[in-house]
Amino acid sequence: MNEIEVRNLTKKFNGFTAVDHISFDVKKGAIFGLLGPNGAGKSTTMRMLCTLTKPTEGSAKVAGYDIVSEDAKVRDHIGLVAEKLIMYNELTAWENLKLYGKLYNLPDDKLEKRVDKLLKYVRMEKWKNARVGTFSTGMKQKINVIRAMIHEPEILFLDEPTLGLDPQSTVEIRELIRRINLELGTTMILTTHIMVEADMLCNRIGIIDKGRIVALDTSPNLKKLVSGGVQTMEFEIPNLSSEMLSEIKGMSSVVSVVQEKDTHLKVRTRGENTFDALLEVIRKHGGKIRTVRNLEPTLEDVFIHLTGREMREETASKNSAGRRHRRFMSGRVR
Amino acid sequence: MKLKNVISHSFWICWKDLVEFSRSKMRVIMLVLMPLFMMSMVGFIFPSNNTISNQPVAIANMDTGYEVHNPVNNTSTHIYMSQTLISQIEYVNNQTGMMKLSSAKDFEEIKARIQNSELSAGIIIPENFSTNLMQGKQGYVQIVTDQSNPQLSATMQILLDKTINAIGTQVAMYNLNKTYNISFNYTIAYVKPYNVEYRGIVEGNTNYFQFVAPGIIALTLMMSVMTGLPHAISYERDVGTLDGMLIAPISRLSIILGKVLAQTIRGLIQAAIIFALAVFLFGVTIQGNILLAIALILLTVYSFVGLGILITSFSDREETATMVMMTLMFPMMFLSGVFFPIQQMPDYMQVVAKFLPLTYATTALRKVMVLGADVSAIWFELTVLLAFGTVLLAIAVPVFKKAMTR
Repeated sequence: MNEIEVRNLTKKFNGFTAVDHISFDVKKGAIFGLLGPNGAGKSTTMRMLCTLTKPTEGSAKVAGYDIVSEDAKVRDHIGLVAEKLIMYNELTAWENLKLYGKLYNLPDDKLEKRVDKLLKYVRMEKWKNARVGTFSTGMKQKINVIRAMIHEPEILFLDEPTLGLDPQSTVEIRELIRRINLELGTTMILTTHIMVEADMLCNRIGIIDKGRIVALDTSPNLKKLVSGGVQTMEFEIPNLSSEMLSEIKGMSSVVSVVQEKDTHLKVRTRGENTFDALLEVIRKHGGKIRTVRNLEPTLEDVFIHLTGREMREETASKNSAGRRHRRFMSGRVR
Repeated sequence: MKLKNVISHSFWICWKDLVEFSRSKMRVIMLVLMPLFMMSMVGFIFPSNNTISNQPVAIANMDTGYEVHNPVNNTSTHIYMSQTLISQIEYVNNQTGMMKLSSAKDFEEIKARIQNSELSAGIIIPENFSTNLMQGKQGYVQIVTDQSNPQLSATMQILLDKTINAIGTQVAMYNLNKTYNISFNYTIAYVKPYNVEYRGIVEGNTNYFQFVAPGIIALTLMMSVMTGLPHAISYERDVGTLDGMLIAPISRLSIILGKVLAQTIRGLIQAAIIFALAVFLFGVTIQGNILLAIALILLTVYSFVGLGILITSFSDREETATMVMMTLMFPMMFLSGVFFPIQQMPDYMQVVAKFLPLTYATTALRKVMVLGADVSAIWFELTVLLAFGTVLLAIAVPVFKKAMTR
């Protein structure tokens, strides 16, 4: 069953098309990723689906309700973790959660129980009565996520949920997102410009560029787009000989061989069991293998393959150096 | 049920705003300091009469006197009415200490000394001063002032009015003497040719604070809804927390209502502080019905809410909101008779003032607080405020709802 159905959704701002006829479905309980550089239209898509802005064209159904004509009903079923924190620094964690509980008409007794349960869920019970302003960014984001879950929404929108977090918090938040999805069965849409994040969390990924979805599939399938079934391996052989090299080049399963420095070989192969065959050839020539790496294509490669551009260049032009650095860091955490 | 939800949601939004506000020590301090500063500031920068002292003023007496021919012994004497004027000025000055008097030769000298900052003003008594007065014409005196100090020239005018009035007495005495040949010395009482008397319509002395306190209360309330509201909402929009409210299944009306409520409570606290300061620190006596004053204060808030919401809707960012507010606020501040009576302004400005709701709020509040007026005396102001608020709200609410889902 589809929890979200998007059809030709379009948003124009003063003639500029931010989102250009995008369509996709999200199954109940799935995590759908929108991956793309800044300004690609991810956030605008999210804001339309959250009823925060009206589409110029097209339609979408969230939890079975139309986002324009039934926007009030949509709001009952969704939670939002936006790029900016939705919480008040001067208020305590409890007061923040209470406010939103009250806006969702939770009665007092139920509200307190729910808040305690959620705080326990993120192991922050002892911070209940501390002001949010004193929290670290990672702690704030945890409260922000459970704030969005206060009314147990079926669908959670996560717009760049790890933006600006330190590496450890990034791991924790990703873990939290996965736990909520698995344990509560919450359907999620997640936007990110971090390849690893999309790869780790999402069942299906839509790669979005300049307002259009340029590819939409599971992560392994997207990677096949780039490789076309070709596997790349990198060997470091200190006693590399020219005989060995020419025999490898002559193998039927080998597509190409590139020698980097004196000792490094980048071998692209096609077919089953090619690794065994390669090892045999190297051993036969008395070759010693110091290291070997399997170079799987990343989603980054997919993006370059599809758009002909790198994603980080786009990111760099829009953000301050400090923020860029943090993004870069969080992008490298595995 | 729906209405109950709107009220409950707006209550919690208001609660949030006030808790947030009360946690910021600086803002709480400012809430109290602002009216205190405002009250004492206006007391000093808009001086009343007694704040002028020791201003250097020169008198150029060019009076040649009035020649009186005595047919009995065929001699003639000169009467110098200017002497009377000067001694009156000196007398008044001794009591008030407003001026430091000196004498000057003529206009040129006074002009030069004003330009050198040696003088604040000069008084020129022309050659035919006595002649004019004695012949029943109007005696006139020229006041030369430092144009950068209009307040002083206004004060000088009042002072000279008083002294010329006193001279009227002298003229009366002289005429009696001349007509009936009664010596000055035998005169016990005389009727002045004219007499001016001031009398207030309520008991007690009025001072500038009495005039300005109701105006400042109205101004503060206007500011708290007109600037506080757009500021609060566009700030939340900028930092992203507004999305949290917009995405919740609550009416857009609850958001405005909650914010208005919070701003109103803050405004009322400030109004109460001003009220207390005015009464206990600046000796203002309140004449009117307190309940009517409170009702009027709430109506003032109501009349400005629509305007505040409109500004919010049109401002995409906090910065824009601040600029729009400032542009609208300054004319309101100075043209609505908060600090100066509207009657002092030129006619065309008085027309402008008639279009500003703050004018009516200020006038009505002043009538109630200072003059002890009841509803019948302010029904016109009440109607205008009610109409203004209703019309603007009717425009603002749909505009706001639309602006929130751009």
